[in-house]
Amino acid sequence: MTAPDRAPLRRHRRNRVLLQVACVAVTAFMAVPLYLITLAAVSSRASLNAFPLSFLPTNLSLETLTAFLSSTGVVPSFGNSLIVGLWTLVLSLLIGVPAAYGLARTAFAGKEPYQLFLLFTRALPIVVLSVPLAQLFLTTGLYDTTYAVILLHTALSLPTTILICASVFLAVPVDVEEAARVFGCTPAQAFRQVVAPMALPGIAAAAIFTFVQSWNEVLAASILTLNRRTLPAQVLSSLGDSPLAYRFAGGFALVLPALLFIALMRRYLTNMWGSTIR
Amino acid sequence: MSDVVIEHLVKTYPGGTERATDDISLEIADGEFMVLLGPSGCGKTTLLRMIAGLELPDDGSIAIGGRDVTYQPAHKRGLSMVFQSYAVFPHRSVRDNIAFGLVMAKKDRAEVDRKVEWAADLLQLGRYLDRKPAQLSGGQRQRVAVARAIVMDADVLLMDEPLSNLDALLRLEFRTELKKIVQDLGTTTIYVTHDQGEALSLGDRVAVMRAGRIVQLGDPIDVYDSPADRFVGGFLGSPPMNFLAAKVDPDGARLHIGDDVVPAPPAARSHGGRDVLLGVRPENVEVSTERGDLTAHVEVVEPTGSAVLLTVDVGDEALKASAPATFRARPGDVVHLSFPAAALRLYDAETHAALTA
Repeated sequence: MTAPDRAPLRRHRRNRVLLQVACVAVTAFMAVPLYLITLAAVSSRASLNAFPLSFLPTNLSLETLTAFLSSTGVVPSFGNSLIVGLWTLVLSLLIGVPAAYGLARTAFAGKEPYQLFLLFTRALPIVVLSVPLAQLFLTTGLYDTTYAVILLHTALSLPTTILICASVFLAVPVDVEEAARVFGCTPAQAFRQVVAPMALPGIAAAAIFTFVQSWNEVLAASILTLNRRTLPAQVLSSLGDSPLAYRFAGGFALVLPALLFIALMRRYLTNMWGSTIR
Repeated sequence: MSDVVIEHLVKTYPGGTERATDDISLEIADGEFMVLLGPSGCGKTTLLRMIAGLELPDDGSIAIGGRDVTYQPAHKRGLSMVFQSYAVFPHRSVRDNIAFGLVMAKKDRAEVDRKVEWAADLLQLGRYLDRKPAQLSGGQRQRVAVARAIVMDADVLLMDEPLSNLDALLRLEFRTELKKIVQDLGTTTIYVTHDQGEALSLGDRVAVMRAGRIVQLGDPIDVYDSPADRFVGGFLGSPPMNFLAAKVDPDGARLHIGDDVVPAPPAARSHGGRDVLLGVRPENVEVSTERGDLTAHVEVVEPTGSAVLLTVDVGDEALKASAPATFRARPGDVVHLSFPAAALRLYDAETHAALTA
């Protein structure tokens, strides 16, 4: 008997190593900028100007962050961003979840074109939308309020919310819902008792997406507000004439809450992935 | 417990042109085990779903226990159902799954617990009550679905191919168990299947369906012994009934199959001189190496353990015969067949409907 040809095994091992390397590379691509911006935000001003820059947290200080937080308008705009993000999330789920359920569970004439049509809101550049909206909000007295931004962000996020949630509802088997109905649930109860809990992970994912979208949206927020700016709009407007430290701290402050929110919702996400991978 | 009366039920799915159920009428007695049997697309599941209230008929009526429920929503019908895909609630524990219907009906806590214990005991789920369905095997999930259905003490128990997702051995085992459970409960049961073995072994009566209509309704053994037409004979039995072209001789005493002659069944008397289709079950064909009415060539020999299944050529038609397990034959051998007259069924050569005396 000759020894088996081990070349396929070696190839298999090599591919596995290459896969690991690729994973590390992609992760680094995402993580390194986050690390650098965090490092810069928590370093002292002096160390930012030092050469060469240290890649380890050697000069920890809250000086940069406190300076950023105490600049005019930062704290209120932080609050505005939070309010806008959360209300956008609530409104878009309130409207989007029932719409998605309808799309997933009923057949109606023109369903395909309708789904495509939903995405048209995103086809228009935000600037094109914002200018007439600013006009409209000026006449209705909504200009320069968080409501204006909430309404626009909700409109912008609805297409994705609806399409994500519809695919989530499609993944909930119809029989399970029918079983609930046979065992005494009204359609509304069947939704609450059975469909909603099963769809929760997917809906959470849609919620995260909506929140982060709203948190990062800057253009419309800048156009529709003057004094009640969201954080990105505030940072953008003062970016040009601010010191380097302010920019790093601003970047950090923009990234952090979105990351925290994702970490908070992670339980639902892993739940979803855990149950699909099995 | 209740009877179910279905009258002239018509349903066409939106966008479809053919009727899924075509004017079906069926009475199911209180406590009866009725099996709806047929190939896929015959309308059996549609019929069950209309009884459950998951589909609404276009015309006709359904009454359960004398109460018209034709257009009532599912949750008001007081039914219970076992689904083909189990349809257990993945986010609830086994205990909460079984208790679901009782909790929805707002039964008091002690009664719910007692019922759940009883059903779990009956279906050997006691050890798994606190697990999630994902941690159970397919067979156990189906047990949960059955437990969830039987705790309801519903008027009518509906089952939609409950065994079809189980592997062969488990299916046989659970079939026996299911029959015993339903027997003990005495609930009116409507059971949908495409498996003729299940239909024959479980049902008090079997309704064989095809293209939206019931083609034969009766006691399982009668349906098996005297299929109402070629379709039923070909659908029931494994292997199914054999059909051979034959001609009744003028006095109706004998049948001519090609050049061979066999004694005719009593039903042939009134059909002298007619071209017919002769139906004979494989197990009724007597195979011998020495003598018989017909001569045949062995094509395939398939030992099944309990018998030997022979595929033979009679003239230019193929026929299956079930010989005793001890029968020895090889492809190419010549064997002799006899058909006991009492086991022969005659069908119209054109319409394929059974011919009776």
